[in-house]
Amino acid sequence: MELDKKESIIIIKNLDKRFGQVKAVNNVSLEIKSGQVVVIIGPSGSGKSTLLRCINYLEVPSAGDIWVDGVHLARNTKNINIVRREVGMVFQQFNLFPHLSVLENVVLAQQVVRNRKRAEAVEIAKQQLTRVGIPEKANVYPEQLSGGQQQRVAIARALAMNPKVMLFDEPTSALDPEMIKEVLDVMLNLAKEGMTMVVVTHEMGFARNAADRIIFMDGGTVIEDTTPSELFANPKHTRTKMFLSKIL
Amino acid sequence: MKNEPIDSKSAMSSQVRLTNTLADLPWWLLIVILFSLLMMISFYTDGIYNAIFEFIRGGIIVTIRVTLISYAIAMILGLLTGLGLVSKNPFIYNLATLYVQVMRGLPILVTILYVSFVITPWAVGQVNSVGILLADAHILGADNILAKLGDRSAGLNIEFEVRAIFALAISYGAFSAEIFRAGIESIGRGQMEAARSLGMNYVQAMRYVILPQAVRRVLPPLGNDFIAMLKESSLVSALGVQDITQLGRLYSASSFQYLKTYNMVAFVYLGMTVLLSLGVKIMEKRLRTDGA
Repeated sequence: MELDKKESIIIIKNLDKRFGQVKAVNNVSLEIKSGQVVVIIGPSGSGKSTLLRCINYLEVPSAGDIWVDGVHLARNTKNINIVRREVGMVFQQFNLFPHLSVLENVVLAQQVVRNRKRAEAVEIAKQQLTRVGIPEKANVYPEQLSGGQQQRVAIARALAMNPKVMLFDEPTSALDPEMIKEVLDVMLNLAKEGMTMVVVTHEMGFARNAADRIIFMDGGTVIEDTTPSELFANPKHTRTKMFLSKIL
Repeated sequence: MKNEPIDSKSAMSSQVRLTNTLADLPWWLLIVILFSLLMMISFYTDGIYNAIFEFIRGGIIVTIRVTLISYAIAMILGLLTGLGLVSKNPFIYNLATLYVQVMRGLPILVTILYVSFVITPWAVGQVNSVGILLADAHILGADNILAKLGDRSAGLNIEFEVRAIFALAISYGAFSAEIFRAGIESIGRGQMEAARSLGMNYVQAMRYVILPQAVRRVLPPLGNDFIAMLKESSLVSALGVQDITQLGRLYSASSFQYLKTYNMVAFVYLGMTVLLSLGVKIMEKRLRTDGA
């Protein structure tokens, strides 16, 4: 059992999440190996975002267990902060800190959480901003950036913490169409570099090109868990077929 | 048909423009300035005004001192209580809510009287009994400061100004707590989530992400609170604290110059509050253009 947890960076066992009477996530069990790129798709309200948010405890599960990098998540603040430090999260609405410049957005948590020296944090921030392709925007404020640029800063901010896993919660859904590609390109590069990623998205192109594994969720449960080529070529379940026929 | 309104507009345009310009003028400010000028002229032509001003001048310093110190304490209390009002800890939340509800439900004058004549003597009595206890146990000398607190002859009397400052501070702490709470709640949930997902704990997220944004948003209402505090500080005259109002009362009662004394008192208060409210307006405008 212990060995198991080491091989898989994320282990989810019998996870339930209820909002009042609604079961958003219903008895989901998953294991995600280090270096895997997992895309979760499904109709809205299928519980995919909720599942993702449970992984770093932004949603507190109603039942079940989660291990991230061997740490068991429970209602125990210390563990939660240890895990969050290792798990980067990118949100649909970017959630950059508007009162801080782009550089300070990326520097802040490094200093506060990782206790890095200012010079070191600034150096890493600049590297990460270069990595997402906007080093020249270091000194502007988030509101002066386009949506695509803001989302790339958000990715840089998460990467600066040297996470072992990156979670993406519909990272392109709030973007204008012409900005989606610049964000997806950054994510594709990350995938190529071997980052462990869990991505909730409607971008089937990204799923096809980058994912090692694709999970189709509906009604809070995992319906299919397979490779992208398999899923797109011959989906096994009728619900999967119906969903794919609507979006492809 | 289409051209008609444009034509009539251009014909009336100079008149319209004049009306608009007049309507856009800050008439209230002009009236205040006019009033001030009249008062200033009176100061030079009327020796009584001069005498009144000389008499209440010391009160201006007391008023400003009371206001500044009470306000500073109120801000600290308000921020802490505001954090309590958004806390998920039921004990802290209820404690903060109790404080706010009680203080907001009391007239400030009653709070001032209550603090001065009930709470302060009671607290002094408690401290005294501790001091006497310690003296009896030979831990401290018989004349220790705890036992002597409140003793006028020992110079340890708690001045009414101090009591008034404390009372104003706890009153306004409750008002500003609601302002801070509203400011914190106006910051989107995503900010807290982003901070927490980067591994910050609740206190760090508040300190570095939520509060800097929230405080910026509530600066104008806090400024208005400062103005209100300046006016409300006149209530300390009920304790005999020699602020502007109290000195005005003393002067008018002995000289029977009611009109001129209260003219002067009102003028001094207005001068300060109008300047401050202009400052708040400028601050509001600047914050708005900064997109905060």
